[in-house]
Amino acid sequence: MKVRIKFSKEEPVKFIGHLDVMRYFQKAIRRADIDIAYSSGFSPHQIMSFASPLSVGHTSSGEYFDVELHSVPDKEELIRRLNDVMVEGIRILDAAVLEEGAGNAMAQVAAADYLVTFRDKRALPGDWKERLLAFYDQPSILVQKKTKKGEKEIDLKEGIYRLEIRDGGICLLLDAGSGSNIKPGFVLETFFEREGIPLPEYPFQIHRQETYLKGEDGRLAPLI
Amino acid sequence: MRKLALKDEILMRVEKPARYIGNEVNAVMKDKSEIQIRFAMCFPDVYEIGMSHLGIQILYHMLNQFEDVWCERVYSPWVDLDAIMKKEHIPLFALESQDPIREFDFLGITLQYEMCYTNILQVLELSEIPLLASQRDEECPIVIGGGPCSYNPEPICDFFDLFYIGEGETQYRALLDLYKSCRTEGVGRKGFLEKAASIPGIYVPSLYQVVYHEDGTIQERVSLAEGIPETIHKELVRNVTETCYPDKPVVPFIKVTQDRVVLEIQRGCIRGCRFCQAGQLYRPVRERNVDMLKHYALEMLQNTGHEEISLSSLSSSDYSQLPELLDFLMENCQRKKINISLPSLRIDAFSLEVMNKVQDVKKSSLTFAPEAGSQRLRNVINKGLTEEVILSGARLAFEGGWTRVKLYFMLGLPMETEEDIRAIAELCNKIAAEFYDAVPKEKRREKVQIVASTSFFIPKPFTPFQWAAQCTKEEFLEKAYLTRGAIREQLNQKSIKYNWHEADVSVLEGIMARGDRRLNQVILKAYQKGCFYDAWSEYYKHDLWLSAFEECGIDPDFYTTRERREDEIFPWDFLDCGVTKEFLLREWHKAKEESVTPNCRRQCSGCGAARYQTGVCMEKREEQRS
Repeated sequence: MKVRIKFSKEEPVKFIGHLDVMRYFQKAIRRADIDIAYSSGFSPHQIMSFASPLSVGHTSSGEYFDVELHSVPDKEELIRRLNDVMVEGIRILDAAVLEEGAGNAMAQVAAADYLVTFRDKRALPGDWKERLLAFYDQPSILVQKKTKKGEKEIDLKEGIYRLEIRDGGICLLLDAGSGSNIKPGFVLETFFEREGIPLPEYPFQIHRQETYLKGEDGRLAPLI
Repeated sequence: MRKLALKDEILMRVEKPARYIGNEVNAVMKDKSEIQIRFAMCFPDVYEIGMSHLGIQILYHMLNQFEDVWCERVYSPWVDLDAIMKKEHIPLFALESQDPIREFDFLGITLQYEMCYTNILQVLELSEIPLLASQRDEECPIVIGGGPCSYNPEPICDFFDLFYIGEGETQYRALLDLYKSCRTEGVGRKGFLEKAASIPGIYVPSLYQVVYHEDGTIQERVSLAEGIPETIHKELVRNVTETCYPDKPVVPFIKVTQDRVVLEIQRGCIRGCRFCQAGQLYRPVRERNVDMLKHYALEMLQNTGHEEISLSSLSSSDYSQLPELLDFLMENCQRKKINISLPSLRIDAFSLEVMNKVQDVKKSSLTFAPEAGSQRLRNVINKGLTEEVILSGARLAFEGGWTRVKLYFMLGLPMETEEDIRAIAELCNKIAAEFYDAVPKEKRREKVQIVASTSFFIPKPFTPFQWAAQCTKEEFLEKAYLTRGAIREQLNQKSIKYNWHEADVSVLEGIMARGDRRLNQVILKAYQKGCFYDAWSEYYKHDLWLSAFEECGIDPDFYTTRERREDEIFPWDFLDCGVTKEFLLREWHKAKEESVTPNCRRQCSGCGAARYQTGVCMEKREEQRS
């Protein structure tokens, strides 16, 4: 049966890339003696799929992956067994058995929200908040987005579902669909570039708060 | 939570920041206030290489078992971070605590290959420790060298306070206890080193002086302190079963070279190949008990979650309990889909059957190491692998579905002729022909592929070839071209691919391997000119090395191209590695006579290692059994 697992990724493991996080969980599942299913064939691998890759350097409290298990201990036991073999910076937050025929995590992802804070606010002009809100208030924001095939023009506005300034930073709810994913850094870099405000290297601290799917009623809901 | 030594801005700027953050599964964390000795264990190369080394894992585990010690790891920062650290004056730190190495009591550096020597200086410089031991004050960590290259420590002796000669499991406790008592009694650095010189296996280079003849060879060694030993005897673990072994190896986040559980099944080798240093240094061969190995295999797999286990030894086929161990592993690895990898296995019916069970036949290739092309030259080097064995092994493999064969040879061996080099090409051709003969046309799913690789022979200390001349760069290259040409003349040449190792770096390795104390200044100068990561061909700067030799007035050929006289005193002669110089000389004579020496299990050759009263030396020999 298919089980979805939710985890957080904080300091210092935020420097571990997506592929290495996958390898980390493959080993963790063996250490925790989870009864995972393997693919058939010459080089069997664990049946596991991740929702949405997180960029190196970002932290998150809303990461997900699905696994196919032969048998499932009860939910608390599963979480405890995995947490017993985690390193500092990765915690298992939740787990759920998926209904028969549920789509996989990656296909389901529709949106993600982020909290972006500045490493160093000193370089910012006093009125940056007003200017950011005005930027967001435009009816459309046409930008060139790099894709695998080259560049194409998109309306950034369509990918930003919400933009607010609170919690000491900028809260962004963004499209995270596999073909239409918008990165929070891209939104803010576009803004600062258009406003002609120079940024230092690595200006933002980015935290993904939650990853969402689109329910049957069309509303966004967390993956678990 | 730990504070990282490097700021986010730096970690985001460098390649693979995971190299520098520690925090891996099974990394050992301790409370600084509860320990008395801080030990930094260093492999002077990049993280992925260093993390793949078994010896450090063993010592890390052993030292951390001591309650009063916290052993942490440190590796060479890669070139990108190196530049940032030097520019911004960021001191080198240990991975676990992220504290500067300078604050530690000991910095242990493993010496696995000569081409890491400049990286030792990189580690010292970044740690803000004076490069020369003579300039270190009471606040500096004690810098210890160990590992195979410490069997000729002289070229780098100025950079170390002491060397630990031999296997690390035995004398660290005594050394650490001495350190603690010296600290309590207020005995300083110099006093500690003088006392340490009397611990078995410990060599303190500053307490000895070397006097040279006019021709550059050694006249004598003089002790500068009372009561210190003239000869340093290697340390050796007598019982390799009742000893420490890491049951919880550190699991790196990023993919490293050896990304698997490593199970050392035995130490040493019975074979006695005359070019091989490890085969002499680790004598006598000592097997671990199979029950111990079964226990550790399961523990390590459970504690790491690795998907592969590899058996480690110099010659796995010689392990007497191999079938039992492999059956056990196959039975227990199946459920979690764990691969078993079997390097250094002789290719025969048994090993092919095992490989068939545990590996993907389509993906794997078979490896033979004949080392020399002709039987005559294989007799010279005492490599007991015959053409018949190679061909019948290859045939069995082809029949079993393998199509790829890797072959390793050496060029520039003593007594090598053009005929021997041509024989390399002919052997490759015969193996290819064996494929076409063994596999009928309709069953050939893919073409046979033979990859022949040659390295250049470098004479090493404590081998029968320590007296031999090494080829010049030009001779090496000529031999490689000759090999390439001979392969092209073969009927099956399209199935044979040929690679050869670089010649420049082999020459330098040869200089370091049999070098003396005068090389310290050359290494220092080369480092100051910008040489480091010499083991990485893209960073190896041959011109800078040449100018370093020239500026120091040292002729590199002195160390390589001359055949040494039998009565010459070698820089490493003050070390006792377990086998006697008389034995090595006998073997050198036998090599010249193309005469073979039987392996230790068949007959004792009186190498000297029997004095340890352990391992194969205590077994009943085959001729005694029958």
